[in-house]
Amino acid sequence: MDWLFMKQWSPYAVGVGIGILSWFTFLLSDKPIGCSTAFARTSGMLERFLRGSKTTQRPYYVKFPPTVDWEWMLVVGILVGSFVSAHLSGQLQLQWIPGKWSAAFGTALFPRWLIALIGGIIMGFGARWAGGCTSGHGISGTLQLALSSWLAAVCFFIGGIAAAMALFTFFAS
Amino acid sequence: MFAHLHAQKGLQLFLGLIMGFIFGFLLQRGGVTNYDIIIGQLLLTDFTVIKIMLTAVITGMLGVHMLRSLGLAQLHLKPGSLGASVIGGLIFGVGFALLGYCPGTVAGAVGQGYLDALFGGVVGILIGAGIFAAIFPKLEGLVLHKGDFGELTFPHLLNVNPWAVVIPAAIILAALLVLFEKLGL
Repeated sequence: MDWLFMKQWSPYAVGVGIGILSWFTFLLSDKPIGCSTAFARTSGMLERFLRGSKTTQRPYYVKFPPTVDWEWMLVVGILVGSFVSAHLSGQLQLQWIPGKWSAAFGTALFPRWLIALIGGIIMGFGARWAGGCTSGHGISGTLQLALSSWLAAVCFFIGGIAAAMALFTFFAS
Repeated sequence: MFAHLHAQKGLQLFLGLIMGFIFGFLLQRGGVTNYDIIIGQLLLTDFTVIKIMLTAVITGMLGVHMLRSLGLAQLHLKPGSLGASVIGGLIFGVGFALLGYCPGTVAGAVGQGYLDALFGGVVGILIGAGIFAAIFPKLEGLVLHKGDFGELTFPHLLNVNPWAVVIPAAIILAALLVLFEKLGL
């Protein structure tokens, strides 16, 4: 049972595991794995709380109603699964500044929070623009051989690599 | 045989939670709920993310197409266009690099205790998704349907049996993984 407490598993073992999981999501739930639509639904729920039922008249929320669905529960499950995994392998810890960030940009809290927030806003916006994220397009769409998903996934990495290189080249102290 | 199962709403929510649990466990144990590993991939110094993704795609592609050939599953394709997939993909990538987590791994990172993922990432994604929903009608007329190709797949594009693409694709992606190992990545 040592494997259950190991810090990290082989990426190939994890990849095969996620691939097999996708068989079961298709078979048992008739759904591909995906995450970003759940964030859009949650955003709709929060907006409805603030602005009332006008929110649900937005064309986007007519298309993706702000309700709890299978994918929303999937994202909650990810949080819990990661918590349990991190707990078992002794990696559960409250941390503000990741190691590679502090090595390049220092240990101040505000810059990391601000860039993470801006990154989150851009990514949340881009995920809806592209119609999916690294899971929905990057794994589920590509495995179905969808042209939209291969294009989007390649662009995720082109944009990501270019931006990460620029950030760590020009802004690192 | 499974249509009855698919129709049970409460049970499906529970299944979503269980499958998410497994997904989150695997993501955490693969190391990809960790900023350092994701940013390492984007800086091309750590290939864990791509190794996990390609292995998942090969495994998933073979199994899901087998289920489909057996009549046990159907595909769920996302429609696309140059305006949506390419521009949206590039925007996503920039955010991905600044945040250092994606929408799935950010949830896992929160579960692991990473506060930048919670107060920066999750809050940001919700704001970004909300902004998109607000301006969606404008974007739809302007750019989202430019170069529209709908729910096109490669087998459909090439007008061949899906397996004529699945098998070569699996071989090419596996060869890519072997190449990464040979290069010591």
